[in-house]
Amino acid sequence: MRRTALGLLLIPGIALVLGASAFPQVRSIELPADNAMAELKPGPGVGVVRAQCVACHSTDYIVRQPRSDAKRWESEVKKMISVYGAPIGDADAKVIVEYLAAAYGPAQANATKEKKPSKSGTEAP
Amino acid sequence: MISRSSPAPLSRRHFLFLVGAATTVASADLSETVRAFGAEDPILAGRPLVRYPEKTELILLTSRPPQLETPMSYFEHAITPNEAFYVRYHTFPPPTDIDLSTWRLRLAGHVERPLELSLDGLKSEFSPTRLVAVNQCSGNSRGRFEPRVFGGQWGDGAMGNAEWTGVRLQDLLRRAGVKTGAVEIAFRGFDDPAAPSIPHFAKSLTVNMVADSPDVLVAYEMNGQPLPTLNGFPARLVVPGWYATYWVKHLAEITVLDHEFDSFWMQKAYRIPASPCGCVEPSATVARTVPINRMKVRSFIISPKEGARVPVGRPVGVKGIAFDGGDGIADVEISADDGSSWRRTVLGQDLGPYSFREWSAAWTPTQRGNYSLLVRAVNRVGESQPFEATWNPSGYMRNVIEKIHITAV
Repeated sequence: MRRTALGLLLIPGIALVLGASAFPQVRSIELPADNAMAELKPGPGVGVVRAQCVACHSTDYIVRQPRSDAKRWESEVKKMISVYGAPIGDADAKVIVEYLAAAYGPAQANATKEKKPSKSGTEAP
Repeated sequence: MISRSSPAPLSRRHFLFLVGAATTVASADLSETVRAFGAEDPILAGRPLVRYPEKTELILLTSRPPQLETPMSYFEHAITPNEAFYVRYHTFPPPTDIDLSTWRLRLAGHVERPLELSLDGLKSEFSPTRLVAVNQCSGNSRGRFEPRVFGGQWGDGAMGNAEWTGVRLQDLLRRAGVKTGAVEIAFRGFDDPAAPSIPHFAKSLTVNMVADSPDVLVAYEMNGQPLPTLNGFPARLVVPGWYATYWVKHLAEITVLDHEFDSFWMQKAYRIPASPCGCVEPSATVARTVPINRMKVRSFIISPKEGARVPVGRPVGVKGIAFDGGDGIADVEISADDGSSWRRTVLGQDLGPYSFREWSAAWTPTQRGNYSLLVRAVNRVGESQPFEATWNPSGYMRNVIEKIHITAV
């Protein structure tokens, strides 16, 4: 049940501090750095995206999404502002949407015809 | 549609804090220390294998907040090891320093006697319950939706099955004495988002649901060990048969309410079309939604692997897992002719109705060439899986009949 001292040494990134009880009272971990393999594509506005979007979440959130047009990206950027309170002004929001639509737009997708997804009140978080 | 009162924008101080954090984490380069995952699956291709604290190598979905996917090979066995169990957070940072001397589970609200329990108190004052249950992300397999949808682009590894040990929620509520007029019970972890404008992750269950569900637990052990930090240490909610969005990690507050819980994560997110299938045509407008709830039936072939080559004329051992929303798996069948005919498989040990159920079969390819192997399960109330994938705008509840391609040589 309880890990032995030897066992603890084998677990990377975890340090336990012994408290008053026999059971460790404090558990601490250290998270690795961001995924460096999820680089944003270069392009106009990438600096704004780095400053505004990557402040709150890693780039893999962006680069893994389905290729989408400006309208779809705009609704995602608006969600970041209205739901999560991202402090992004109108001018920067416009730059971000233009960057995303250019770098991760449908033109970049494999030329498959996609049915249009429905408008809906629900969003995957 | 998102028309709640606008949350306060990030303050400059919080914003700088976040930028500072990003700068720090961006300064290290992971690329030399990680390997990219196998390329045969387009959803997993190029995603790095990473090793997080207390975890073995898992497939990275996102770094911040951390989302890690379990490689499918771990599902050869019904129980998923703690170190291989997937990780999913909604907000950053997750708790990284947890002090049991100050952690308390508080149960308050519409009750006669509010409770405040230490981990020792939770363990010593209530009799423990053990059960095996699947924890599956609502959006597991979202990356396979067609048309594609926004959200975490998971493959199929946002799931796991463990033996959970904990206290029945009903026992805690009985001790506290729920007052008449209670409607919902809200659950909140102690992981705080980096900025106050970000909705704190919190969920609720109805009092009626909990009254009918003696197996809902506040769990403090997973496979006989304390929970891994990134799976909710020191305690998390376990809602057997329901999607993992309800399994609140790092549980700190249980609040009995005499009204419906007003939370972004209940009112706006994690909702499905109100139709019986929880699905719509991709071109349709969703008129009414309800909170996501019980899991649909699923089954997977774990071995042989996609793209495997097997010898012709010799029996191939085919095996995998199946699970559902808590009624229990009755049968698992495989087909080698695109569903024209099905053969029953042999079910493995029954670890309870909420668990993965192992299954196995021997199948002999009679001629050289390419084969598709299909698997489908049916549960004890006759629910099964569709041939064509159903669709909903958030990419939840995928449960199409799975297929692998193999070649007999």
